[in-house]
Amino acid sequence: MSQAAVKSEESVIPDPYSLPLEEIDMGKAALYPAQAHWAYFERLRKEDPVHFCESEEFGPYWSITKFNDIVHVDTHHKQFSSEPQIVIGDAVDFQPPMFIAMDQPKHDVQRKVVTPAVSPVQLSEVEPMIRKRVGDLLDSLPMGETFDWVDRVSIELTTQMLATLFDFPFEERRKLTYWSDISASGPQVGDDSVTEEFRLQELTKCLEEFNALWQQRKAQPRKNDFISLMAHHPDMQNMDPMEYLGNLMLLIVGGNDTTRNSMSGGVVALNQNPAEYDKLRADPSLIPNMVSEIIRWQTPLAHMRRNALEDVELGGKTIKKGDKVVMWYISGNRDDEVIDRPDEFIIDRPKARHHVSFGFGIHRCMGNRLAEMQIKILWEEILRRFSNVELVGEPVRVTSNFVMGYSHLPVKLHAK
Amino acid sequence: MVQVTYIEHDGTTHEVDATEGHSLMEVAIEKMIPGIDGDCGGACACATCHVFVDESRLAKTGEKDDMETSMLEFAEGIEANSRLACQIKATADLDGIIVRLPESQH
Repeated sequence: MSQAAVKSEESVIPDPYSLPLEEIDMGKAALYPAQAHWAYFERLRKEDPVHFCESEEFGPYWSITKFNDIVHVDTHHKQFSSEPQIVIGDAVDFQPPMFIAMDQPKHDVQRKVVTPAVSPVQLSEVEPMIRKRVGDLLDSLPMGETFDWVDRVSIELTTQMLATLFDFPFEERRKLTYWSDISASGPQVGDDSVTEEFRLQELTKCLEEFNALWQQRKAQPRKNDFISLMAHHPDMQNMDPMEYLGNLMLLIVGGNDTTRNSMSGGVVALNQNPAEYDKLRADPSLIPNMVSEIIRWQTPLAHMRRNALEDVELGGKTIKKGDKVVMWYISGNRDDEVIDRPDEFIIDRPKARHHVSFGFGIHRCMGNRLAEMQIKILWEEILRRFSNVELVGEPVRVTSNFVMGYSHLPVKLHAK
Repeated sequence: MVQVTYIEHDGTTHEVDATEGHSLMEVAIEKMIPGIDGDCGGACACATCHVFVDESRLAKTGEKDDMETSMLEFAEGIEANSRLACQIKATADLDGIIVRLPESQH
């Protein structure tokens, strides 16, 4: 067989109904950029909502695909542990501890230390600054020529915010983007573009820079950035370096990949649904509701993983103690038993906040309000300036079973 | 019917008749009272229906379970009378109850 034939054979994604159920492995990262996962999940929700699969890549695991089953697993943290990992793949030897992948009581202690940086009070303080930055950035964009929305807007705005949350040197903020991308990639999420060794090497450099910031903050009075909050808190100031790195990775990815891809996803959604874009132009007061709808429609993180601590009956199946359980948020958000016309993007959808993108229970996204605020401000300021953010080419999507993201989004702006 | 009074953070008062058996979160959503989100739909899983219960009725609302206690840990400005409204059912016992809303839900 020629090389080319092998290649094309590998890249063909079979129709989900052509496979025996047990061969359906939602860990296959290639399904996602091809947008083939929708039909696969639809079949699972109908025929095998709590689905077991022996994956070559990730070992045996359960897929939870229905909204209410996901809420059940997410809210039963005493039966379903977040340790040692919250993504589908197991790390080989590089697995720094972080509180998203810890159970009670340590999880609660560490989470509470950093929460003040994104508290409602803190958010109302930073809102004017975020609005100014968004306005300045939008004013600097070229009118009527094609540019990449991901790089110029989504990455730039989330990175600026991240620099503020860490009080990281502003001019060097793109380092945060780089470390975020490295943290959220790798073999554990089906991405073979970087190795574990490379991730360790790059993230060690990240730790070195953050160690210097830690020393600096420790010597200063406590303030509301993540590093200062950790460095001054008795429950976190004695963390070993790997735990510090783990929590940094969590906070960097948590505040970056997610909001970034919802900022891009909104542009894609509105371009694919021009009637909804018209509705938005006619009534900008729909923006807050639309923000929730974008976050549901995009579901920037496709899954979270748990490990069963005891035998649990769910959907007529027995999940055994020790089994790996993957909650597919991306599927739960398309479950028509809970969400009406789930495949449609409807900016004035009733109960738009009732989606599973932030997770539920004790591990629910800590920065959800900040994310919503950033996306809300972005669309308010866009509508003030442009009649259209036009998508002028195919979006380029990242290959991952975890991050539902875009690496390139060619757009053209039209003046109001 | 059970009378429930919701007082927003800015003092705006809403006196409503609640259907017996509905949770105070559901009642707030049905009556479109601003300041209660109820994102999870009543599963005690998001802490976006945080309220402060008037002390005189607090005991009658029952005990918080482990999950509610855990979820409240992550809400802002928790007090001894903090509850999640989705975990309080409107019953005859609670007729006339007053709950105050925080500045914002986390």
